[in-house]
Amino acid sequence: MRAPPALSASAPRNGSRDSVSGALRRSASSSSTAAAAAEMSASSAFIDEKGGSASEPEYGHDPASGGIFSTDYKRHDDLKEMLDSNKDSLKLEAMKRIVAMIARGKNASDLFPAVVKNVACKNIEVKKLVYVYLVRYAEEQQDLALLSISTFQRGLKDPNQLIRASALRVLSSIRVTIIVPIMMLAIKEAASDMSPYVRKTAAHAIPKLHSLDPEQKDQLIEVIEKLLADKTTLVAGSVVMAFEEVCPDRIDLIHKNYRKLCNLLIDVEEWGQVVIINMLTRYARTQFLNPNINESLLEESSEKAFYASDDEEDEDKKAEAATLAKRKPYVMDPDHRLLLRNTKPLLQSRNAAVVMAVAQLYFHLAPKAEVGIIAKALVRLMRSHSEVQYVVLQNVATMTIKRRGMFEPYLKSFYIRSTDPTQIKILKLEVLTNLANETNISTILREFQTYIKSMDKDFVAASIQAIGRCATNIGEVRDTCLNGLVQLLSNRDELVVAESVVVIKKLLQMQPEQHSDIIKHMAKLIDNIQVPMARASILWLIGEYCEHVPKIAPDVLRNMAKTFTNEEDIVKLQIINLAAKLYLTNSKQTKLLTQYVLNLAKYDQNYDIRDRARFIRQLIVPTDKSGALSKYAKKLFLALKPAPVLQSTFKDRDHFQLGSLSHLLNAKAAGYQELPDWPESVPDPSVRNVEIPDWSKCTSRKDRKEKKTEKPFYSDSEGESGPTESADSESDSGSGSESASASDESGSGSESEESREETESEDEEEDEEKEKKRKKRLDKTKAKKPAEESAESEQSSGTEDRKRGRKAVKNQKSASESESESESSESEDESEEESEEESESDTDIRKKKTPISKQPPKQSKKESKKERQEMSLLDLDDFEPAPASAPVTPVNFLSSSLVSDLEGLSLTNNILAPTTIAPSGSIKMYELLHRITVHQQHQLRDQKPAHRGAQAAVWDEDPRVHRDRRVSSR
Amino acid sequence: MLAAAKMIHSLFLVNASGDIFLEKHWKSVVSRSVCDYFFEALERATEPENVPPVIPTPHHFLINVLRHRIYFVAVIQSEVPPLFVIEFLHRVVDTFQDYFGVCSEAAIKDNVVVVYELLEEMLDNGFPLATESNILKELIKPPTILRTVVNTITGSTNVGEQLPTGQLSVVPWRRTGVKYTNNEAYFDVVEEIDAIIDKSGSTITAEIQGVIDACVKLTGMPDLTLSFMNPRLLDDVSFHPCVRFKRWEAERILSFIPPDGNFRLLSYHVSSQNLVAIPVYVKHNISFREGSSQGRFELTLGPKQTMGKAVESVLVSSQLPRGVLNANLSPSQGTYTFDPVTKLLSWDVGKINPQKLPSLKGSVSLQTGASKPDENPTINIQFKIQQLAISGLKVNRLDMYGEKYKPFKGIKYMTKAGKFQVRT
Repeated sequence: MRAPPALSASAPRNGSRDSVSGALRRSASSSSTAAAAAEMSASSAFIDEKGGSASEPEYGHDPASGGIFSTDYKRHDDLKEMLDSNKDSLKLEAMKRIVAMIARGKNASDLFPAVVKNVACKNIEVKKLVYVYLVRYAEEQQDLALLSISTFQRGLKDPNQLIRASALRVLSSIRVTIIVPIMMLAIKEAASDMSPYVRKTAAHAIPKLHSLDPEQKDQLIEVIEKLLADKTTLVAGSVVMAFEEVCPDRIDLIHKNYRKLCNLLIDVEEWGQVVIINMLTRYARTQFLNPNINESLLEESSEKAFYASDDEEDEDKKAEAATLAKRKPYVMDPDHRLLLRNTKPLLQSRNAAVVMAVAQLYFHLAPKAEVGIIAKALVRLMRSHSEVQYVVLQNVATMTIKRRGMFEPYLKSFYIRSTDPTQIKILKLEVLTNLANETNISTILREFQTYIKSMDKDFVAASIQAIGRCATNIGEVRDTCLNGLVQLLSNRDELVVAESVVVIKKLLQMQPEQHSDIIKHMAKLIDNIQVPMARASILWLIGEYCEHVPKIAPDVLRNMAKTFTNEEDIVKLQIINLAAKLYLTNSKQTKLLTQYVLNLAKYDQNYDIRDRARFIRQLIVPTDKSGALSKYAKKLFLALKPAPVLQSTFKDRDHFQLGSLSHLLNAKAAGYQELPDWPESVPDPSVRNVEIPDWSKCTSRKDRKEKKTEKPFYSDSEGESGPTESADSESDSGSGSESASASDESGSGSESEESREETESEDEEEDEEKEKKRKKRLDKTKAKKPAEESAESEQSSGTEDRKRGRKAVKNQKSASESESESESSESEDESEEESEEESESDTDIRKKKTPISKQPPKQSKKESKKERQEMSLLDLDDFEPAPASAPVTPVNFLSSSLVSDLEGLSLTNNILAPTTIAPSGSIKMYELLHRITVHQQHQLRDQKPAHRGAQAAVWDEDPRVHRDRRVSSR
Repeated sequence: MLAAAKMIHSLFLVNASGDIFLEKHWKSVVSRSVCDYFFEALERATEPENVPPVIPTPHHFLINVLRHRIYFVAVIQSEVPPLFVIEFLHRVVDTFQDYFGVCSEAAIKDNVVVVYELLEEMLDNGFPLATESNILKELIKPPTILRTVVNTITGSTNVGEQLPTGQLSVVPWRRTGVKYTNNEAYFDVVEEIDAIIDKSGSTITAEIQGVIDACVKLTGMPDLTLSFMNPRLLDDVSFHPCVRFKRWEAERILSFIPPDGNFRLLSYHVSSQNLVAIPVYVKHNISFREGSSQGRFELTLGPKQTMGKAVESVLVSSQLPRGVLNANLSPSQGTYTFDPVTKLLSWDVGKINPQKLPSLKGSVSLQTGASKPDENPTINIQFKIQQLAISGLKVNRLDMYGEKYKPFKGIKYMTKAGKFQVRT
């Protein structure tokens, strides 16, 4: 029997492991094919085959499936006979059995000649099954496969579109290199077929041919270009798929089709939607400006503050932000807006992949204020199958790091149920931890408290780590958390204790002075805890802070010296460490012990330990030869060590496109297309202009009201740009009327839900506005715009001036955009060669255009009104004193209610010692908070008991306001 | 280097005992030994549902879903949105369920040819082609007992004689030329309450998830409009593709040309901001004493905010701590079982009688020497309430346009427990 070449071809690629089992499998299948022939009916004699093991008993021998053919063990002779017969029913029966063999992974390749004869069979089902067989084995039997080609070529000419399509589908699925030219020809012809269904099939065939013969790429790109221009929804998804596979970097092919794709999107089938949305995300990243350009810096620094990490970097940012004096105002490209608006309704799709695609598009492309709308849809997906939950939670975890506010209202949707699978629990925990902030920490901690009692120990361990992270991120609850964790040290489950020890160690590093009693407590634990990591952590703690526990430390060392030889390596290393530190601080008591330990280590089996012992001996024990370093031994060992930063593993994962496989694995998968950075300056937007927006015909459903509210987003000079504008607005309303843009939301306020969100974010915006202002101004200076313009804008301080300045910018922009076509649509038409063919519809459009172009003036009046309103809002901020001097009430992080909450919060029912609750502590403590930003320290210092009540009350009103003000004040 | 082939390369079906019982390749054959990586992950996972959905291997990625105790393992070679594959695999399962009634290993093996034909139609070169059940049914007729008998006698086929016209239509989800003698349209409004109730009986979180499942058997091309008395309740909705989104946005009316047969018209969410009525309460007293090998166990259920409707099909289950050896309980009604191996206690209560509240009382014995368990068990409750949508959602009217006849219309409401947990 013949070994299938496909296997041998694919096996080496799968690595040695695959090829070995591949060989195994081959031998298994060859031994079993004979037996397989004995099966009477395909369905009844279905056989399991265990991952290539030949030892599997064959059901084929069982009497039920034996029958008349049971004597014939040779090469499927019976099947061949049946295939050669004249009766369709026999052929069908044979084909069914063959397909069943294929399904089981058995080799049926020796039947190829008998099967291929039936490719022209009249019976549809036989034919279909023959196709199934052909596609599976043609690659291995290339010569014989050629016999079938003529049938398909005939099929390509059939008057019935569905037969043409199916012929092309099978023809392109046969992976035989010789027929590449035939396939190429067939695809080209099909690409200009009358039937959209055939064109769709052609689009599907493109990647097949490309993977068969990459040499054809150039010709295929031509076909793709042609199909991209197709105006039917049926084709759109498939051709974009082909584009993504063959030439994802040819972004230029998309320009002319961009608006059409946006408008068709809602009617494309769901799988196509996913592909198109993902592609358009990349496209938008290359063609539009970052809508958050003005906020991005600010936002980053504010995030930093909450994570209380690098202050220096923070300062840099601040300085940078301050020096960015002026920036040009950001105006969103209408095409950018079009994309956002047309994808929004798809958040309501029943298909999780579509929802995720839109969510990532918004995350990567939308202005910060608008990203929030995706949260609700993502939370909805959490109700779906657990695999969907898994993927969604991974993405939510990444999003919560960048934009926490978005998911805060849905905090409770991430609460964990005991029935969730562990991997889901851990992801939810991650999200909850990311969402924790000063306001909700008490509820979150109370929730964590129940998690610690779970029966799922992996989950308990993760919960303890989560508590540790909350404690590091939110200084106010650090003591509470620490106390809770200390309580856990008396838990019965060793894993829980061990995990707590590790976390406590990290927390203690932040303020060891306060907690010598905890260190003492932990020293006692070492007799009972067996988990190596925990033992090592305790030893490290005692060594590091041996000065706080001067009496206990030598005793611990004494005990450990006794058990040294039985310890795990990681513990041994820490024993040596402890010995060294004690020797340096308290050599009187521990000199002999240290030498004893070092001697034990000298003869240890592990070379790391031997090495360490030798190194430490040289360093700390003064000898004649010892180098200059030993003088500094104490400094080396007992240097102040920065506390570890407990970070989310999802930090910075968003450099991968969300929703992608690469993001999920946090590693670049083959074929991953990088999400490009935003361009520095606007690429020419006119490349997307199409002279005949055919799709505008189907946009009769447009909504006037919408149009009005939309306008202010673009520019107030739209009236002047005439025809371009009208074309734009037409395209917008194509499917836009159903999706409300941000301006819509705030304007209409019909939906209480949405408008509420809006008002929430308004507070934020107000504060950000100031920052924006500064940057905008800087932008202007930086921008490579004509000098006169920037001069103008710099002079401007009042409303009018500013407005004029803006207008000028826009006029210029729109002029460059629209001049070519707005002044005379003909001129552009002439330049386009294609236009001749379509001149009929062209005139159509022109007729349409004339009445429409009369409208803009009216609208522009309204717009200008709106604009003025906006301006006044902006200018209010302008007149306000510089943000730095803005009246900022020192905010108390701890509301009185929170304090009382925290008081009640402990991980057991015991009442906490009051000293541990009060964060006021001694002044000393601040010095040690390396990881707390300067600002927070200020806050802490400002915090005087007398003020507390009053401030807390303000804080309760709207925490967000304060947070943001705080940020902007820096 | 060849351009990486995208999307789904191969599919393997693996049963609960770890055997591959079906494979299908849409491109070059991938050796089934690639599944060894999956089996490794399967071994590592403590529970069947803890197998990571995405498993990277040196040359491929395995994306799997677990449904009906069958793992559907898709092999992909390069970047593709994982949800795309997961969603597709679930669609495959739904289709099998639709065709064979159940999606089990036996059903798939018995219908292997139909399965193969379906898979062939659903993906082309690894990219989804026809996933709409209405189109598929036109291409491949679902097997019925009668048809199987007829087929074996006459040798006729399962494959539809007509060509898939649905794929060409503007309403790809609906077959053309549908005819019924009795024209009827049924809508089931089913709401599920997800809740976490804490120890003291107060609600930590509660949400209502609802769906409207429809069974529409109408002749021709009917155009339906469904309106609600109180559409504002719906906080977040997702639609079947047939629903016209614009009308919903503008008028809060569901307007659609329905698919033929069963389909899910709408799923919705009633937010946790609204107060959710909790229809049952649980009084519990589960305690273990230090040093004693006995623990007390008492549960009492009662109705609460049921709007006068009966709470039925109540089922209580709880995972008891590992240290529990056995349970000796007596229910006031219904039956209970305790599995000493999995430590799963379940109590089939039936209907709650408000006059005589059901209770389950007795003692649980701990393993000798085992210390008092740290953890308290969570109680999961299932129940059904007929003729009630707990959110208060009400369908106002259903109108039909486009066809002349008068259809029979029916609407049913039901409330169920979703993930309803009581912490103790």
